[in-house]
Amino acid sequence: MVCASLSFIILLAIIIFILREGLPAFSKIGIFQLLFGTEWSPTNNQYGLLPMIVGSLVVTCGSLLLAVPMGIACAILLAEVAPVRVRQMLRPAVELLVGIPSVVFGLVGMLVIVPTIRQIGGTGYSVLAACVVLMAMILPTIISISDDSIRAVPRKYKEGSLAMGATHWQTIWHVLIPAARSGIGAAVVLGIGRAIGETMAMIMVIGNAVIFPDSLLSPARTLTGNIAVEIQYASGTHASALFATAVVLLAFIIILNTITMNIFKRGISGTGNR
Amino acid sequence: MTFNKNIKLFSSIAACLMVIMLILTGCSGNATTPTNPTTIAPTTSATIPTTSAFSGTITESGSTTVQPLAEKLAGAFMTANPKVKVTIQGGGTGVGIKAANDGTVDIGAASRELTKDDPVLNKILLARDGIAIIVNPANPVTGLTKTQVRDIFAGNITNWKEVGGLDKEIHVAAREEGSGTRTAFQDLVMGKDANGNAINISKKAILQSSSGAIMQVIKGDPQAISFDSFGYVDTSVKALSIDNIAASADNAKNGTYPVVRPLYFLTKNQPAGLVKAFTDYCQSASAQQIITQEGYISVQ
Repeated sequence: MVCASLSFIILLAIIIFILREGLPAFSKIGIFQLLFGTEWSPTNNQYGLLPMIVGSLVVTCGSLLLAVPMGIACAILLAEVAPVRVRQMLRPAVELLVGIPSVVFGLVGMLVIVPTIRQIGGTGYSVLAACVVLMAMILPTIISISDDSIRAVPRKYKEGSLAMGATHWQTIWHVLIPAARSGIGAAVVLGIGRAIGETMAMIMVIGNAVIFPDSLLSPARTLTGNIAVEIQYASGTHASALFATAVVLLAFIIILNTITMNIFKRGISGTGNR
Repeated sequence: MTFNKNIKLFSSIAACLMVIMLILTGCSGNATTPTNPTTIAPTTSATIPTTSAFSGTITESGSTTVQPLAEKLAGAFMTANPKVKVTIQGGGTGVGIKAANDGTVDIGAASRELTKDDPVLNKILLARDGIAIIVNPANPVTGLTKTQVRDIFAGNITNWKEVGGLDKEIHVAAREEGSGTRTAFQDLVMGKDANGNAINISKKAILQSSSGAIMQVIKGDPQAISFDSFGYVDTSVKALSIDNIAASADNAKNGTYPVVRPLYFLTKNQPAGLVKAFTDYCQSASAQQIITQEGYISVQ
């Protein structure tokens, strides 16, 4: 009880602090200008977050496009296809991957992925590099939670399906995956959360230019990156605008959590109807 | 379902927050808070100044370019005056100017010339620092004119062949907005157009938030170009000559190298007492020797 209320108080304190520091920017710059302005140039008093909002969304969507199919495929492999011994080896490896600090992912991205992408064109510091690095970071989350939820599907579903003459693949595709969909959905949303919040690895590979990315090889900047890159020297309105960036980020996370709650809710009632 | 309860709870929290927000918007006055305080342990490496009767505390904050140098000087000063404690903090030039003007620190540090927008402060010229234009060692280009550098960073020249190099795209990398090095580069190289508007660094430039990250970019990419403080440049990158003047400490000192910025200590009033003893020491021959050792340009 004490711990629960303490974490609540901490959350409240963080929200209050961010709002207190960020609201002067909202009043000085204007919420519309801040959210939909396309120019970010603090030295010229231009504070538009739209390129960063787009940057965050593009990178998150891109990494999900890469990670979700691969993650679900891996989860099916682990839960249904792989022999027990292979599973016993792979599962801890996947879990270990979750614990690797993001700066390590960033470093590998900077020294391996960025030079590789440079061979294709551009500087290598790009949306594509960011997507690849993020994919590697969210993949383990998606794999392990999807694996858990596929394995949590009651055994009688599978047995019933097989007894009716369905093949193993038909059973996986038409019975197990639909039954586990709420868990898989939760895995994807957790992946989105990690992708939006990731900062260090992004700064190291994305190039941080404040532009709308016009191709996968173009640099971009994320909301989190905007704060981390500029807070060191910021003061006055500039610092406040960075806290306003945090407010926008917070709004994103709250929306995301609401979606997660709804998915869980639908998932539970969905399973109940079966 | 508990979720409905949660949503209700959440909306009531949100309502509370709105009220708190309204209350708090009134009191958002925010003092300058420099980051990364570092108290320097006395070192024994430097020549000892003759004064030793002082005691007390000196606080300094500001430019991160000045910070490592100020730490070295403070260490030497404290070795000679064991009863004195000098606290050096970073924060950036903007913080240094504001803190010195507000009186929250004894000395502010700036790595650029003060402009008419800045408050009037007492300036003590500590050293000078050259900004080198750097490329990968594999790049055949060895020098550019200042105009070419400006056109490259503004995005008007985009291929190395236009400045005598290979037929490859130029990858421009720069520091983030607010960085003292970027501001100085902006003032000294980019300048203003005929209408008095600042010529900006291309928005397509890769931005990195530290000198070390810039070096990393240049080391890895044969087509990249960037700028960095003389103090950070080493043999893993190539510093270009500007208008046929090599980027060397000697050329920066004799005034021929065009991209040199001042490093200042700033005080609100004429320094007196302990602060004066420290700033006097920083301008002394032995302190200037430390400055040269650290890769900066002595003002003597």
